Amino acid sequence: MYTQKRYDVIVIGAGHAGCEAALASARMGCSTLMLTMNLDTIGQMSCNPAIGGLAKGHLVKEIDALGGEMAKITDRTGIQFRTLNKSKGPAVRGTRAQADKQRYRAAMKESLEKQTGLDVKQGMVEKLLVGGQRVSGVETNIGVQYLSSTVIITTGTFLKGLIHIGLSHYPSGRAGEFPSLGLSDSLRQLGFELGRLKTGTPARLNGRTIDFSRMKIQPGDDPAPFFSFSEKTHPLQQLPCYLTYTNPLTHEIIKNNLDKSPLYAGVIKGIGPRYCPSIEDKVMRFSERERHQVFLEPEGLDTEEYYANGVSTSLPVEVQTEMYRSITGLEEVEIMRPAYAIEYDYAPPMQIRHTLETKKIEGLFFAGQINGTSGYEEAAAQGLMAGINAALKVQQRQPLILARADAYIGVLIDDLVTRGTNEPYRMFTSRAEYRLILREDNADIRLRDRGREIGLVSEVDYQQFVEKRQSVERELKRIKKTWVKPSAEVNAVLEQRGSNALSSDAALEQLLKRPELSYGDISVISPTDHPLKDDAAEQVEIQIKYEGYIQRQMSQVERFASLEQKDLPEDMDYDSITGLGSEVKQKLKHVRPVSLGQASRISGVTPAAISLLLVALEKRKRGRS
Amino acid sequence: MSDQDTICAVSTAPGHGSIGIIRISGNDSIVIAKKLFHPSRPKDLLTVPSHTIHYGRIIDPEDRTIVDEALVTIMRGPGTYTREDVVEVNGHGGPVALERTLGLVIAEGARQAEPGEFTKRAFLNGRIDLAQAEAVMDVIKARTDASNRAAQEQLKGGLSREVEDLRQKLIGLLAGVEAGVDFPEEDIETPEGRPLGKEIESVALTIKGLISGFAFGKIMREGLATAIVGRPNVGKSSLLNSLLREDRAIVTSMPGTTRDIIEESITINGIAVRIIDTAGIRDTHDLVEQEGVKRSVAALASADLVLLVLDGSEPLHDGDRQILEEVSRKNTVVVINKADVPRKLEKLARPEVQIDVSCKSGQGLDELRKAISRMALGEQGAPGEHAWAVNTRHKQALEKALNSAEKAAISERNNASPEFIALDLRDALDHIGTIIGATYTEDILERVFRDFCIGK
Ligand SMILES: Nc1nc2c(ncn2[C@@H]2O[C@H](COP(=O)(O)OP(=O)(O)OP(=O)(O)O)[C@@H](O)[C@H]2O)c(=O)[nH]1
Ligand SMILES: [Mg+2]
Repeated sequence: MYTQKRYDVIVIGAGHAGCEAALASARMGCSTLMLTMNLDTIGQMSCNPAIGGLAKGHLVKEIDALGGEMAKITDRTGIQFRTLNKSKGPAVRGTRAQADKQRYRAAMKESLEKQTGLDVKQGMVEKLLVGGQRVSGVETNIGVQYLSSTVIITTGTFLKGLIHIGLSHYPSGRAGEFPSLGLSDSLRQLGFELGRLKTGTPARLNGRTIDFSRMKIQPGDDPAPFFSFSEKTHPLQQLPCYLTYTNPLTHEIIKNNLDKSPLYAGVIKGIGPRYCPSIEDKVMRFSERERHQVFLEPEGLDTEEYYANGVSTSLPVEVQTEMYRSITGLEEVEIMRPAYAIEYDYAPPMQIRHTLETKKIEGLFFAGQINGTSGYEEAAAQGLMAGINAALKVQQRQPLILARADAYIGVLIDDLVTRGTNEPYRMFTSRAEYRLILREDNADIRLRDRGREIGLVSEVDYQQFVEKRQSVERELKRIKKTWVKPSAEVNAVLEQRGSNALSSDAALEQLLKRPELSYGDISVISPTDHPLKDDAAEQVEIQIKYEGYIQRQMSQVERFASLEQKDLPEDMDYDSITGLGSEVKQKLKHVRPVSLGQASRISGVTPAAISLLLVALEKRKRGRS
Repeated sequence: MSDQDTICAVSTAPGHGSIGIIRISGNDSIVIAKKLFHPSRPKDLLTVPSHTIHYGRIIDPEDRTIVDEALVTIMRGPGTYTREDVVEVNGHGGPVALERTLGLVIAEGARQAEPGEFTKRAFLNGRIDLAQAEAVMDVIKARTDASNRAAQEQLKGGLSREVEDLRQKLIGLLAGVEAGVDFPEEDIETPEGRPLGKEIESVALTIKGLISGFAFGKIMREGLATAIVGRPNVGKSSLLNSLLREDRAIVTSMPGTTRDIIEESITINGIAVRIIDTAGIRDTHDLVEQEGVKRSVAALASADLVLLVLDGSEPLHDGDRQILEEVSRKNTVVVINKADVPRKLEKLARPEVQIDVSCKSGQGLDELRKAISRMALGEQGAPGEHAWAVNTRHKQALEKALNSAEKAAISERNNASPEFIALDLRDALDHIGTIIGATYTEDILERVFRDFCIGK
């Protein structure tokens, strides 16, 4: 047996979770090893070539605020940027980008390779080394052992991956790649419960064979928004997307061939996401609809491949071809890579803690699709948190756990560990009960300090943030105490904006609260001696205009805080608590919530049950003292 | 639910005895009491010594009406059961007045206590020792079971279905709003139906209907409080006896026979009616009678229905006019008694229903019974469309839900961005959830994916 040098942290997998995990732990000073089955698919976008969107954009900005990599690489390699929901309030605006798939991958690989303290190696892990319920390293299929005190598994769809195209299927981790078989068995042997999920991806089409002139063009925003709070460049040429629609003929082709769909023939056992149904599903479940949208998204600057967003399918290739060709503008289309569905193993996430460490094996962390999530952003967010917490554990420091009121990342992880999931979990803004204060625009204000504390945010980035925060605070203070006189100049500006003229002195703050006035108008009416950068000005405007709603959410957070702060010990003996129903006891024992707040989010746990827990806690406390 | 809230509850079982206690505990309890309670001698409850009792009236701050006469006990923490500031209100007006007072306490910012919550606080604040902890758990459990059972009983009727319909409707509305927020790129077809604003208004209307059913639910539960009032010797006690079909109250030809309140229950057309005979109302120097008159006035104030008795054999008296004045705000039936003797009472131009009866011959009593049941059930003789809104807790939840729905409607009218409308709709759902169980985000997402074709 050939044993390599010891590491602090080993990351298995180099997808979006693995990349963030490895970078975080290495940057925090831990000697880190990343093992991937294929060095050429690091940071691969296996599904659509896009990052962000509603709630996902929020995650990316939070990753950036904490010192992660995804936002920076996206800004550097993006070929289209837009803000979704621009007409709605700031809390539900989301940034979305098309990335150049190859460049994204290459840029991420470069970041990893250049990172000191990080070794990136090719190797297929077959087995976890575990002694006394503690992880001690990994072993590859060719018998090489790597030792470490922590291991992070980020294997995506590779665990017992099974690809379906029509009624034929074959083991694979991703189109054209091997699956990981041994690791799944190794986890099962260690006593982990594994489930089965399904996801799918549409075909990639050759742009040379697409008639874009018959489709609606969708350009990016100008100016293009950024993901990262620190780097502000979009070096690449920007490309549009195109919109077309399915039609009754498309739907008929699908209906006539349903018997060849593995979903409908019952071949696929895994549960697919409801929010990302295959075109078969959409046509069958919403049969009254005459058309469904198809977005054609460029996969990069140097390729003709287009991603057909909206028509993922697992029908056989010949049916796929007929179906795609029935769509306006795709009459002559050539498929370069067929659509497929993939089934894979996941570990239902009630088996992990808020740190993403498994409850069963100390030092073993799970992040990404293995926890039942879908999406690059969800994966990256978990990878970052797992990397951080593995490093903090190695360094014997306090773990970093974000609360639901702190970040979407907090909502994501708390949902997973509290309620589990039986379909691929995706983030939505509606999952965040405090969404009005968890905005993209304030992700840095919410999280930069935390990122700095753990050592992931560089001095330069942090200083830039501190300056922004100071200028926002200074300007807020000024606006709150400045009054303006009803002068002719002021009223001229107001009139121009269609706003009522002043007849007596008015508070600047009240003026900014008028819907028709912007911060720009306010700074004309009463200029500051310290002009603000755009992002600081935006922050001032949002904090004043939405003050009422923001305060309302803050007080909701406070009301709930006393429950969140009451810790439930891990060895709480739920069986001995009289009055708790047996079903509630069962759930509490399964989840082992860390706080009364978490307990209250378990379905079936009523306010009366919380009262009983509160009394039991107090009793236990007094029994000890 | 927070441990910082000021909580309140009625601490005698409803319907038993004419004296009940409302207990209020928490930081704001004395402030709340001060707003509602008007001591007979001027003093400031905020500064009175701890553990003192005060006599006065509970007055509705909205319409300045007298709700009840009460003894109020002020106890400051930590020398109390919960170790918090505690106020106890001893009302005299029976369960109806008590319920009204409780409503006012809640309106001033207290929250109805969860089952066993006073005891829980006593324990958490160190008032009860470890040995008693198990007993505390049992209390919470028992009270929860009891109130669940009671709620289940009440929910068996139309309420659970109506509230569930309401909840489903709210979830549906939220699904539409949330789908628009979270999936801006999908071309979501709004499902058949009226625009959002109209839908929210119709939800608010439904909630209002449920709240108005509250009064009826209370009558079904506690009986229709029916006070017989009038000046002395008009035949009030005789009427009680006639309706009861037994000689319960003493009847003499002496004015001022009845000195205290007599309460008896009967059933009229399936409705429980609590008949309350009172002392004849007049100015008197007799101290006992004075106290009786006071109680008559309180009973009148808190009654659901007033039977105002006049003596048909005599012309209208000043005393009668005075009482007619007093009942003008109440549901009233004017009973013109002694129809067996020649009528001397002039015709009355009054809005109330007037019925001639004779307690001697029994004439007109059936008609009176019908009038009583009509007053209880409404004109159709059947409960309104939204019956069965049940106890104060449900009413409180519904009122909060209504408030949130109205806020959502206003936001919608002002073209607020949908996430702000969602905030209030979610609040409404949370309040409804306190009646029939929590709503989770999953329930809303479930509907989003069911109702809308999502998925690029
Ligand atoms: N003729 C006749 N006399 C009646 C009738 N009802 C009551 N009385 C007489 O009126 C007198 C007073 O009756 P009560 O029932 O005691 O009157 P009350 O209103 O309760 O009087 P107080 O308790 O003193 O206020 C008695 O002498 C009754 O017999 C009736 O229908 N016809
Ligand atoms: Mg009498």
